[in-house]
Amino acid sequence: MIQHLLDGILVGAVLSLGAAGLTMVMHMLRFANFSHAELLSIGAYSALVFDALFKGISPVLAAQIGLLSMTGALALSMVFSMVITGISAVIFDKLIFRRVREKGEELSMVFASFGLALIIRNAIGLIFGLQTKLYSQDIVFATVLSRDPLVLVKPDQLATLGITLAIILLLHLILSRTIFGYALRAVAENPSLAQVNGINLQRMIVVVWVLGGGLAALAGVFYGLNNQITPVIGRDLVLPIFAATIVGGIGSIYGALLGGFVVGTAANLAVMVLPSGYSPSMPFLIIIAVLLIRPNGLFGEERT
Amino acid sequence: MIGLVSYLVFFAIVASILAIAVLGLNLQWGNTGLFNGGVVAFFGAGAYGTLILGGGPQDGQLGGFGLFYPLALLGGMATAGLLAWGVGILTLRLRHDYLAISTFGIAVAFENLMRNAQWLGGGAQGLRGFDRPLRAALGDGFLYNILFLLCVLVLLVLTYRFLETLVASPFGRQLRAIREDETAARSLGKTPARIRLTAFVTGSVIMGLAGGLYGTFYAFVSPQDILPTLTFQIWAMLIVGGAGNNKGAVLGAFLIWGAWTASGWALSRFAPIEAQLYTGSIQYILIGLVIVGMLLWRPQGLLPERLVVSQLGRTKT
Repeated sequence: MIQHLLDGILVGAVLSLGAAGLTMVMHMLRFANFSHAELLSIGAYSALVFDALFKGISPVLAAQIGLLSMTGALALSMVFSMVITGISAVIFDKLIFRRVREKGEELSMVFASFGLALIIRNAIGLIFGLQTKLYSQDIVFATVLSRDPLVLVKPDQLATLGITLAIILLLHLILSRTIFGYALRAVAENPSLAQVNGINLQRMIVVVWVLGGGLAALAGVFYGLNNQITPVIGRDLVLPIFAATIVGGIGSIYGALLGGFVVGTAANLAVMVLPSGYSPSMPFLIIIAVLLIRPNGLFGEERT
Repeated sequence: MIGLVSYLVFFAIVASILAIAVLGLNLQWGNTGLFNGGVVAFFGAGAYGTLILGGGPQDGQLGGFGLFYPLALLGGMATAGLLAWGVGILTLRLRHDYLAISTFGIAVAFENLMRNAQWLGGGAQGLRGFDRPLRAALGDGFLYNILFLLCVLVLLVLTYRFLETLVASPFGRQLRAIREDETAARSLGKTPARIRLTAFVTGSVIMGLAGGLYGTFYAFVSPQDILPTLTFQIWAMLIVGGAGNNKGAVLGAFLIWGAWTASGWALSRFAPIEAQLYTGSIQYILIGLVIVGMLLWRPQGLLPERLVVSQLGRTKT
């Protein structure tokens, strides 16, 4: 029970990071972006490339940090990967979403995002191969937290959780304490009114994509670190991430963060009741439950 | 020669079945503006429903009802409709994102359920033990396929006629009205939520019909037949053909299914052995490019929607 809860919280951290970016994009551009989860793949794979690069350049970086399987090279790669993924998200917007948006078809964006997701996912499969990859071949032993009941935790998982919480705090401070944060929330509330007050909408859209991409890259690397890296990360995570945004209420960043943890723990606790084969259905059941009980999510407002 | 003809018949059967599903999607997306991200769930519900209701008994599995075939097919359609009603009633009142996400979710969950629930759909091995109607009289050969094709074509034409009539009717005008401006429609005393639900369920029932025919043709259905890929293919068909135009929907189905089969054949024939593993990836990239490319350069499709003026106003002088 405690083990499942703990695992759920760790999965939840990854989902939270993904959902926070997705909910911002969905709120500002008003479409369900089905290609968001592919940004996690891009993040995971670009970190893989940088990791190999840095290890080659400097053997010092190849040393592991403390008890983690994470190396200095991977930590550095993570930062680079966030930048690359953020830039890719902006490029996708420039190439596809902005042009579809300017044609005025809101719902066509959803189609476009599905098409883009198909292209990214399979292009990654073509470039890196369909087999699974790992950042590190070393086996990291789990630390026993308690023997009765048996609770195991890997140092990597704790680091993931710690960094996620730190990032969430940082995000909170930016959103609530800076002028930039106000501007971002203003645009999300009412784009026209925000523009009247001198906020550059195009620039805010770029910033949102960069932020969303960066958070997604982080989530992708963490997912790869705790599981494995495959081209289908996006396919497997798209529904849980959407479930997290719906639980939190579309547009609410705090909701998305909380939603990630709710979906992560609920899916892991459900394994105790249902056969584990059914776990891919869990996000859908959570979505249905939320729609039945609180259609606009925990923190969402009604908006059509 | 006979090989080619029998292949063409086979191709035409699958393409026509898919065309029926595209027509169902066209009612939802093209005419009403409802985004269905889980076409394959309703298609699958039709297929599984038909085979379970019309099939013979299987060990440890639901089924063995052995219903008269047309009843089984209607049952499959009803299964798809019920599923759509359930999703629709929860999501159609909310902003459109919810429908897109929930329908996508139900496709994932449906595939997952069928893969795991041995008692329901035979699990990963799929559903067997279905006897195709009139098989005893006609056998399994070329003759059967020709007659099956004729039946599918008749159903395709009937679906087409039904939808054309529906779209031209006052109800069709309501659909377009709420697609274009929901607030205006509401101000005229229409109830968008109910109208949308009707259109969503009707479209899904048509997808269920396509699924039922698909299951009947193969006398078999497995989770492998209801992967999300099929949803993408069906969309590509509609977007290429032209959303809002039923002729376009049918045209798109034949074009995309032709391109899909041809590209699969060409890749398996000419691509080097080591690239064979990636045939699927290349085909999916092509489908993705078709969807994105059409949206960017020809969003109205090959045959654009014809805007109808129902009541002619005064002509301008």
